[in-house]
Amino acid sequence: MIEIFVSSILSENLVLSAFLGMCTYLAISKRLDTALGLGIAVVAVQTVTVPLNHLIHVFVLEPGALAWAGLPDVDLGFLELISFIGVIAASVQILEMVLDRYVPALYRALGIFLPLITVNCAILGGSLFMVERNYDFAESVVYGVSSGLGWALAIAALAAIRERLRYSDMPKSLQGLGMTFLVTGLMSMGFSAFAGLNTP
Amino acid sequence: MRRYYDLVLRPLIDENPITLQILGICSALAVTTSVSTALTMSVAVTVTVVLSSAAVSLIRNHIPPSIRMIVQITIVASLVIVIDQFLKAYAFEMSKQLSIYVFLIVTNCMVMGRIEAFAMRNPVGPSVLDALGNSLGYSLVLLIVGSIRELFGTGNLLGYSVFPTVADGGWFEPLSLMLLAPSAFFIIGVLIWLIRALRPAQIEEPDFALVAEHEEARS
Repeated sequence: MIEIFVSSILSENLVLSAFLGMCTYLAISKRLDTALGLGIAVVAVQTVTVPLNHLIHVFVLEPGALAWAGLPDVDLGFLELISFIGVIAASVQILEMVLDRYVPALYRALGIFLPLITVNCAILGGSLFMVERNYDFAESVVYGVSSGLGWALAIAALAAIRERLRYSDMPKSLQGLGMTFLVTGLMSMGFSAFAGLNTP
Repeated sequence: MRRYYDLVLRPLIDENPITLQILGICSALAVTTSVSTALTMSVAVTVTVVLSSAAVSLIRNHIPPSIRMIVQITIVASLVIVIDQFLKAYAFEMSKQLSIYVFLIVTNCMVMGRIEAFAMRNPVGPSVLDALGNSLGYSLVLLIVGSIRELFGTGNLLGYSVFPTVADGGWFEPLSLMLLAPSAFFIIGVLIWLIRALRPAQIEEPDFALVAEHEEARS
């Protein structure tokens, strides 16, 4: 359990080793405060959707999952993708309403980022990895939280580096996207060094 | 006629979806460890983008604006499911290698981006051409990155030996870093650098200019 937690934050970071959520990661990392806001939103959505999708996978979609409804031969596996997307879109919508009602300050801070998360592949990827690796319910809760945290950590770090990079004198044609890719490559190398970390 | 050529040709380099529009990068990086996976992914994405653009463009006047995202996502997701089932049936090994990245075509921003930006407002013909051009631009980058990584990571290209490796009695020591995640970032970064050095119009201007502190003292 601890191993899942540590490795999905550090060595198996969603962005830096699985390349998920790259588009938002590159586009919204110019300033540290917006990057942090987006990071928090991803943690929140990931924590809700991974366990939820786990339940749907186990009780509805898995081959033989409908045995409790008297249909042991039905395999709805091909509906996985479309139902996961549905769950993500719905929970983002619900989260938006809940935040608006109870934590308006956070809701205003997150602004347009919440709806954007629906098309963030880190979220869908998290759920798909959860299915592929056969996590049980408790593990999928841990995985949801920690993979979200890993994503937030990576984007916050990149945003902080980019804020500093403004003062550096680099070739004109490397400015912006090119340099961001090189920095991300270095970060990814650094994070993969955590693979040697031993968890008790 | 010229307009139609432009729709297909401009996204190849001048408006490349990956290097300029920052669309669809996740899959571009993940599936490029070898040319064959990059090629499969390119074909899968091309089919998805072209068909979904055509479908959305056909019904664009009947989609209520408030639910257009859901309609678009459903169309794309259905196409991706068909592609996934097709790969599982006819190229099982390949679909194992691509693992979740086939499904992730749904959230590939290039698909949604082209639908939202072009297919929603244009008739079927131009939409298909625009989709085709963009997916060709995407495939081009994928193939370049894929061939560099496979060639220097294993010494092979499409599974055929190009540089004989030391293990087979040749001279080439494979660079295993090429097969790891960081190299994909470096290669795309350098690729963008090259393209922008050749096409200065794509250079991003910084949000504000730096001014040296002791301007007068120096001059």
